[in-house]
Amino acid sequence: MSLDHDPAQTPGNDTLGQKIDAANQTALERMTSARPVLKSVAIARDVIPALQERRLLHAGPPIDWPRMSGPMRGAVIGAAIFEGWAKDAESAEAMAKSGEIDFAPCHHHQTVGPMAGVTSPSMAVYVVENETHGNLAYSNLNEGYGKVLRYGAYSSEVLDRLRWMNQTMAPLVRKALESSGGLDVRTLLAEALHMGDEGHNRNKAGSLLMLKALAPGLTASGAEPADISETLAFIGDTALSVLNPVMAACKAMADVAHGIEHCTLVSTMARNGTDFGIRISGLGDRWFTAPAATPDGLYFTGFSADDANPDIGDSTITETAGIGAFAMAAAPAIVSFVSGSPQDALHSTLEMYEITVGEHPHFTIPPLDFRGSPVGIDVRKVVELGITPRVNTGIAHREAGIGQVGAGLVRPPMEIFEQALTAFAELHDIG
Amino acid sequence: MTAPDTPSVVRHRVRSGAYHDSIVLMRLQSSLADLDGVEDAGAVMATDTNLALLRANRLLPDPIPKAGPEDLWIAVRAETAEQAEAALEEIDALLAHRNSDTDGSWRPRSLRGASRLLPGARWVLISVPGRFAAGVARQALDMHRNVFLYSDNVSLDDERELKRLARDRGLFVLGPDCGTAMIGGTGLGFANRTRRGPVGLIAASGTGLQAVASRVHALGEGISHAIGTGGRDLHREIGAITTLQALDLLARDSFTRVICLISKPPSPEVAAKILRAASRLEKPVVVGFLGYPSPGRRLGNLHFARDLEEIADLALECLASTATPPSDGGAARPSYPRAYLRGLFSGGTLAYEALLSLRPLLLPLASNLGADGVEPLDDPTRSSGHCIVDLGADELTVGRLHPMMDPDAAKRRLEQEAADPEVAVILMDLVLGDVAHENPAATLVDTIAAICDRPDSPRIVLAVIGTEQDPQGLEQQMEALREAGAQVCLGLRDAIDACLHLLPEQTSPEQTSSSAPEAEKQPDPKDLEGPISAWNVGLESLHDSLVGQTSEVLHVEWRPPAGGNERLAALLKKLS
Repeated sequence: MSLDHDPAQTPGNDTLGQKIDAANQTALERMTSARPVLKSVAIARDVIPALQERRLLHAGPPIDWPRMSGPMRGAVIGAAIFEGWAKDAESAEAMAKSGEIDFAPCHHHQTVGPMAGVTSPSMAVYVVENETHGNLAYSNLNEGYGKVLRYGAYSSEVLDRLRWMNQTMAPLVRKALESSGGLDVRTLLAEALHMGDEGHNRNKAGSLLMLKALAPGLTASGAEPADISETLAFIGDTALSVLNPVMAACKAMADVAHGIEHCTLVSTMARNGTDFGIRISGLGDRWFTAPAATPDGLYFTGFSADDANPDIGDSTITETAGIGAFAMAAAPAIVSFVSGSPQDALHSTLEMYEITVGEHPHFTIPPLDFRGSPVGIDVRKVVELGITPRVNTGIAHREAGIGQVGAGLVRPPMEIFEQALTAFAELHDIG
Repeated sequence: MTAPDTPSVVRHRVRSGAYHDSIVLMRLQSSLADLDGVEDAGAVMATDTNLALLRANRLLPDPIPKAGPEDLWIAVRAETAEQAEAALEEIDALLAHRNSDTDGSWRPRSLRGASRLLPGARWVLISVPGRFAAGVARQALDMHRNVFLYSDNVSLDDERELKRLARDRGLFVLGPDCGTAMIGGTGLGFANRTRRGPVGLIAASGTGLQAVASRVHALGEGISHAIGTGGRDLHREIGAITTLQALDLLARDSFTRVICLISKPPSPEVAAKILRAASRLEKPVVVGFLGYPSPGRRLGNLHFARDLEEIADLALECLASTATPPSDGGAARPSYPRAYLRGLFSGGTLAYEALLSLRPLLLPLASNLGADGVEPLDDPTRSSGHCIVDLGADELTVGRLHPMMDPDAAKRRLEQEAADPEVAVILMDLVLGDVAHENPAATLVDTIAAICDRPDSPRIVLAVIGTEQDPQGLEQQMEALREAGAQVCLGLRDAIDACLHLLPEQTSPEQTSSSAPEAEKQPDPKDLEGPISAWNVGLESLHDSLVGQTSEVLHVEWRPPAGGNERLAALLKKLS
């Protein structure tokens, strides 16, 4: 009678499964011990080397002009005019079509951007530093509501606002941040989750915490009182102000979990309005993509699902880092997106524990008795259980320039996780 | 107690950038203060005000250290440095403490998910389609949970592997194709509502278990535990792994006073293994192997029933009887390689009775007497294995007196058997009466004494047949043999019981070569304590039946791995 004992537990003899589990724990530990601090505001080309050329960064996996969706094209046109590369929409479009403008995913350059995510060389960006591991991440500044570049609007009103943000708001915020030594985004998020935010679709509390943190520095900056007042009002009026630094913070956390051998955790989830793409820590910079779905949600008056663009934006970095839809239980105020009751919000988070390898030590959820939010999406669990990550998201109009038409819930296509699992198996000679 | 003048010790930890709600910190603080030797504790975000407060409570050194409002400061004042450090080591565990998860409406999708919501569950009920069942069961065992495996169509290979895995970890796999069990008063699967009582059931038959349990109830008694083993547990390929575990556990369960074994006819080898194990328990065991040729009504503590009703009836008789099972008088059992019994009989019918009684327990059993299931002895002058020899058989008495008149042949055969290093017990008869030898004991005592004087010798048991009016003197004969070192019984029945108690645990090459017994863990009696707590994977009706019994149960919304995609499921297996 032979008993099937486990193979020897010596390090050199670990099974592939054990190596994966160990690598995933390492990645989880890195991601959750990262401490992102919002340090400053800079001009993109000064901090992102790729933007020293005529290039635009965009949300999601790589995409070229012919496959870009309406809002993405609109944002590209707007950025080209903002940069002074083109004088109007037609010439911008012609440039983009002819290849005169280079495109690259934000994710390839330590950057993330909501919706279209288009980031151009002259734009102001937040600079977030992970003080634990030393890496940096960037995101553009939030433009508020209505006609905005991130939804593909490029009217003069949009471009004027971008210029004001660059010229007036950015230097003031930089001064305030630098005088205070920075804003600990992890702590801010931890607190905001206890105030009804989930960090992706609801950032009301976090944005006010940011306003509170910046206010003393802003008012002491010595700038024109009118500029200070306008800046305070702009940040305070936009309940999404903190979303961009939060995304950069999540990027800084996710990046340190990327590129770990044998790791099956998802280190990137992002959409470009055409495709949904993921990257797996142990599979390097390879994207796995499939057509993005249209979110399920609630629409503003006058709009319907017919108007919706497929899912778009880098903001899924929040779910990747264990907040957003993963922390839905913390945000009962926005449960209508997930179909109704606070119980559904709890279930959203509980479902995500099924596909994650850990609980976040800093992001805790009061209605779950302060349990840590689910973090570290394991592609194995996604495929095994048939549960894709939940994503809370805004919904863009499919035509450029109309803007946000609703908000809701979306999930990535299952096939990209299956592709990734297959590729991982191939890499390790399993077939 | 600490003397008032003993200075206490303050230790602290700083967690930079760790935000916790103040309620959580207050809870942490009070939990720390409850720990051994801790006088006071503080857990605060390190604002100036908070630090000053800590210092006022003698929880901080002076001057106040430099820290920021984003730092979590945890300080403990204790009687000794060790106690303070020990308390600080508990921070993570205390912070991780959760009261509850939800209102119970969430259904997890995996065993892992279930383990977070109902971590205290000791049982997993599995009723998923057969081809997935072994995988789920293996996962449950890996998570150190007992398995109630309702699913059928699980291969014999999988069953054996699962049960061995379970046995090594001190866990049960009840099943596969286990329709029913009653654990600590909680019915799993098909189960009748019976009162609890001292009757423990072990059944490889679901309806058999239900029939016996119901009758025990009808007769006014109750069930301690009813353990379903799955219909194939007594097959040779499985070797009664679960039945033997259950026997062991019920033997140790103080609530159970009588054990009933219920099965369709088992394989003879497996039956022997079970009966050997059962025969050495201190509790009466009712054997209800339907259609199995029973060796008699009773053998030691074993009571043989002919049908399901009789199983219950005999169980109740055992409860009513005050007789305690015969003890082995404290004699130590011989040790390996002494494994075999040799029976040396002058009386042919006595030899036959011994043969039929021991046949189900001692496999293989050889004899110069022919009987079903008994191996012929090639050379009747030489024993091997377990062996019953009729010394009065024609081939052994050619040219001699019958051994009842001339015990010399028995004496020489006794010496021969005692010289065999594999012999553990030698059973002999000694028949008194007219015409028999005038002092048969006298011819044997020197030999017996010589054997018993040797270190690690085989034990000798004598069955004396006779009356106190017999010319040899019953008492004198028995006393002489006893004095020589033999265990002496009046009649054959008690002698056979004594032999069973003296035989060592059954040893076979299979059992001695592989798992050392210490590698196996015994199932934990706590796992049988009701009301049980369980996860249910598969049929919702099994979940619902537990809810009705006020057990804690969590239903897992199980789906086939990778949605039934076999290619991906195979990859996942290799990557796990």
